[in-house]
Amino acid sequence: MTTTLEKPAPTPAPAPVRRRRRRVERDGLGLRLYTWLIIAWLMLPIGIMILFGFNDTHSKQNFQWEGFTLRWYRHLFDKGDLTQALWNSLSIALLSTVITTVLGTFVGIALGRFRFRGKGVTNLVLFAAISCPEIVMGASLLSMFVSLDLPRGYWTVLIAHVMFSISFVAVTVRARVVGLDPKVEEAAKDLGAGPVTTFRLVTLPMIMPGVMSGALLAFALSIDDFVITNFTSGSTVTFPLWVYASTRTGTPPQVNVMGTLIFAAGVVLAVISARRGARHT
Amino acid sequence: MARLRGALSPYLMILPGGLWMAVFFVVPLVFMFSVSLMTGNIIDGFKQTWHWQNYTEGFHTYGDKLLRSLWYGLIATVACIVLAYPAAYWIAFKGGRRKSTYLFLLLLPFFVSFVLRTLAWKLVLTDNGPLLGPLRNHGLLPKDFHVLDSGFAVISGLTYNFLPFMVLPIYVALERIDYRIIEASYDLYASRTQAFLRVVLPLSLPGVFAGVIMTFVPVASDYVNSEVLGGPNNVMIGHIIRTEYFDNSSYALASALSFSLMALLLVGIFAYARALGTEDVLEAAGR
Repeated sequence: MTTTLEKPAPTPAPAPVRRRRRRVERDGLGLRLYTWLIIAWLMLPIGIMILFGFNDTHSKQNFQWEGFTLRWYRHLFDKGDLTQALWNSLSIALLSTVITTVLGTFVGIALGRFRFRGKGVTNLVLFAAISCPEIVMGASLLSMFVSLDLPRGYWTVLIAHVMFSISFVAVTVRARVVGLDPKVEEAAKDLGAGPVTTFRLVTLPMIMPGVMSGALLAFALSIDDFVITNFTSGSTVTFPLWVYASTRTGTPPQVNVMGTLIFAAGVVLAVISARRGARHT
Repeated sequence: MARLRGALSPYLMILPGGLWMAVFFVVPLVFMFSVSLMTGNIIDGFKQTWHWQNYTEGFHTYGDKLLRSLWYGLIATVACIVLAYPAAYWIAFKGGRRKSTYLFLLLLPFFVSFVLRTLAWKLVLTDNGPLLGPLRNHGLLPKDFHVLDSGFAVISGLTYNFLPFMVLPIYVALERIDYRIIEASYDLYASRTQAFLRVVLPLSLPGVFAGVIMTFVPVASDYVNSEVLGGPNNVMIGHIIRTEYFDNSSYALASALSFSLMALLLVGIFAYARALGTEDVLEAAGR
């Protein structure tokens, strides 16, 4: 295309344009194949996980295909400690999401809306918490619990999960708050609304999408966490911890089934919320 | 009075969350630093002796593992960039109306627990597993072909696990680019390579930087992949820290090691963020 300048006139003007467009399309095909290859690669292990939840295996190691069965779906809750671990994971995720969303949202609003002394430090702590290696958070919490002789268990895991999710919620909400027009809140105040009413009826509805995506993120982070939980759990076992421990003796197919169900639930939820979001905007 | 309340309100809003972060994030780090300078053992208890030798001993004994972690982290991060960029590029510019669907497909692994994902990847790499088993039986692979328990297995697992973290910020950065700017570069007689190198790439770099932060730190400090996929010869520093805490109960040495790991990674990250502007990186990381 750089040659266009030197060429005098013989080629008609629109020709280079058409050539350029065709070349773009051809490039697009290669990249399209590439993208689908990446998607296929990412899906391959997930497909295998789902498939081996239907495996009619009779050995402890579940990696040889022995035929199709729904046995593991029927006997999903047969392993008492695995079921307990799953409930622990779900209840910790729910509780920590509620606490984190409330605490993180206020931090996010304060950072997005106000100028105040200590803002820089707060930002710094959030950034440090987001970029801190998980193992360091887990190890430092353990160091503190050990030094203070605090017993580790369900509650220390909950504390840890709230701690590592707050910053993500705060940052998500802050991004939403920064984009808001403060005049709307001023208008509410002019119309006689007190600070609480303004917050409940004006601010909160406007930042709700940010709060919701922060909450979803917090739930996902909590239910998936392995490293920090590993350090703070004592003898309490969550789903990821149980699965990890099972690798030594052989992971039962029920784990694949639970993984499949969590996967399906997550995908369905995400699709529903995306549809909703698309309708609202 | 009203003005006082106005001045107080950001503090009131920060207080609960800030207190939580102070007590359970900042204070534990201080505790860990303090423990890292203690001497003693689990039976007789630990005493603060300002024993800096814990650090030198840690480096002396496990320096190679620390270096290996940084090295594996670097390779996996670069692999993530190389794999993620073209896909993110295609989705952002050629995805059309199905952009979000393609992105969603790339983010699907997020819906499977990290540990399970790693186990599933192990199944893919297992000698007699559902993939390599049949390939070998049909003579498509040599009999002694073996991937598990190698550095390659660990790095591939890390790359697999953290690729979506790289795709997302790069996509966000590319998607924000105004296509008219690229067209303008063509109008100014840029070739496609020139347009990419001098317009698209610089504009997408913040996304790449955010992706590096999202992947390099967790990858370098991970121990799940090296324990599941790496066997005894590819131990990373995370594994050492975990076993020093739980199997050997040498809290002081373990604290010194994790403090060194954090210092190394955070100093790097902060220098990096300072150079690029914290807000930008944070913003991109929060998306």
